[in-house]
Amino acid sequence: MSASIATSQTILVVGGGISGMTAALEAAECGKQVILAEKLPTLGGRTAQLYRYFPKMCHPTCGLEINLRRLKGNRNVRVLTMAEVSAISGTRGDYTATLKIAPRYVNEKCTGCGDCSKAVSAEIPNPYNYGLDKMKAAYLPHGMAYPQRYVLDPAIVGTPDGEAAKAACKVGAIDLGMREETIELKVGAVVWATGWKPYDAAKIQPYGYDRFANVITSVEFERMCDPHGPTGGKILRPSDGKEAKNVAFIQCAGSRDENHLRHCSRICCMASLKQTQYVREAWGDDAKSTIYYIDIRAIDRFEDFYRMVQRDATVSFIKSKVAKIVQDEKTGDVVLHGVNTEGYQRYATPHDLAVLAVGMEPSIKGVKLPDDIVLDSSGFIETAGDGMFSAGCATNALDVNRAVQNATAASLRAIQVINKTANVEAA
Amino acid sequence: MSEHAVAPYRNDFLREVEKNVEEGHWVKMCMQCGVCAGSCPLGNAWAHPPQEIFMMIRAGKREEVLTSDSMWMCTSCYNCIVRCPRQLPITHIMHGLANYAHRLGLAPKGQPTQATATLFWNNLIKKGRVNELTFSLALYFKDGFVQGIKNALGMQSIGLGLMKAKRLNPMEILGGHGVKDQSGLQAMIAKAREIEDRKKGFSK
Ligand code: SF4
Ligand code: SF4
Repeated sequence: MSASIATSQTILVVGGGISGMTAALEAAECGKQVILAEKLPTLGGRTAQLYRYFPKMCHPTCGLEINLRRLKGNRNVRVLTMAEVSAISGTRGDYTATLKIAPRYVNEKCTGCGDCSKAVSAEIPNPYNYGLDKMKAAYLPHGMAYPQRYVLDPAIVGTPDGEAAKAACKVGAIDLGMREETIELKVGAVVWATGWKPYDAAKIQPYGYDRFANVITSVEFERMCDPHGPTGGKILRPSDGKEAKNVAFIQCAGSRDENHLRHCSRICCMASLKQTQYVREAWGDDAKSTIYYIDIRAIDRFEDFYRMVQRDATVSFIKSKVAKIVQDEKTGDVVLHGVNTEGYQRYATPHDLAVLAVGMEPSIKGVKLPDDIVLDSSGFIETAGDGMFSAGCATNALDVNRAVQNATAASLRAIQVINKTANVEAA
Repeated sequence: MSEHAVAPYRNDFLREVEKNVEEGHWVKMCMQCGVCAGSCPLGNAWAHPPQEIFMMIRAGKREEVLTSDSMWMCTSCYNCIVRCPRQLPITHIMHGLANYAHRLGLAPKGQPTQATATLFWNNLIKKGRVNELTFSLALYFKDGFVQGIKNALGMQSIGLGLMKAKRLNPMEILGGHGVKDQSGLQAMIAKAREIEDRKKGFSK
């Protein structure tokens, strides 16, 4: 690929989740040239991994589909998947970005028929379901994947499985000779929409996420409730497959904690309130959800949703940060230990399943970034320099709605940089 | 009435704790999450876990806090400190509160931790070395003469064993060993006490 696809009037958007897609589309629809670089094989990011949105309980496919349609209808955006930015140099209006593009082993001829997937036998953990199940090593990341093009896991390249996939493809889309490519792009402005990752729950030692099968994270629970997820939408305990009707939600699992994430992740209270409704939908009046919390942060208009859940007889609230969890080896139940702040009584309460409402950690934490980028004490981008802006959860812990607003604002700032650059060049 | 007389409620108790108790300025940082209370292995043995003590301080329950035996039950296991999401030095605050209550003469009478600690300290500052013999005897007899004899008889075989192993010297009864510079030691302790009194609001 040559550098001629970009000029100093191009905006580079790093990250193709909901924020990156929004920033790219807003700019493109204003007539700007945009390159949208995503390091995974598909756009959509964490949003595509949600079963439903709060507070309207609608499906993310809807919002994503609108964006994908906008994207397909716009010639100003070039999407690069499996592309990771490895360096950026230069200044406002004149940046040089170096991108590494990992081999997909499948070219644009792919029709998405899936014959290659049927032909291979190797299986790998499925990241779309946070590793809760396995998938074939020739795969489409998920139903909403964009581009709708299969991917070969590098592990099967050079093996009989790789050859089998190649042989199975009727349109000759599989190219086992693909290599990693490095490209350089000239761009005028950069939007960092690098998003977030769930906090590593194993680090919260007293909760035993790494020791107890029936302690799972909220993102895993989200996949479990999705009919397209690993259990076909059934809420089952990992240890023995028993129906989990009595579910504990543990708030601030990693957030608001100087030993883990110092910030409030903002979404997790609403996420757990939402997830109690999945439990109710699954089991009706037999459902029993308990939220253990320090305080519920259902900000502004979400208060109504909180009130609604409070009225739900299947949901109870205990004001207490759980001190520790122990799994009863015989019954498989998880026993939560702590002290209820309202009255200071000690409790040791068994549940079928404990869901840790894990916090949002910025994805860029620990990644080497251009010197211009200043991070706050949690690792979110505080300022990104003159011609670089952050969007969505790279900036702060945000829900989808606020991430989209934030990304639109970032896009506007990038457009201003491009306009000024254009004026200078014209003068 | 002196400044330190007991009043059941004092609106400025939090400020008093911040000023006079070691690490007391942290108390306001507690967000009442409950992790320390739930993590304390002694939790069911004491009336008020740390979380509750901190709330009581903020509610101004001066008498109830300072006369409570709760902070004396802390074993310094540090479970609470390592887990507190706000990184309060809880163990140290517990000891600070215990010490402050003791200095005010409000600590519960006969509380075993307090009695032992007092005996230990008084024994230690005499010569700068702990006299194990007089310390053990004092401990045996702290609950009266008859109980003392019983305790001593009960511990007899251990005492003899210690003597054989040269870990306990019967001659210590005559005064025992100490540091070389006795006047230096006393000057040091006096200075330390002066500083502590100033910090904890006990200076005349
Ligand atoms: S763990 Fe820390 S913040 Fe939580 S109640 Fe105890 S002292 Fe307060
Ligand atoms: S250090 Fe003291 S207060 Fe803290 S958990 Fe241990 S015994 Fe309890």
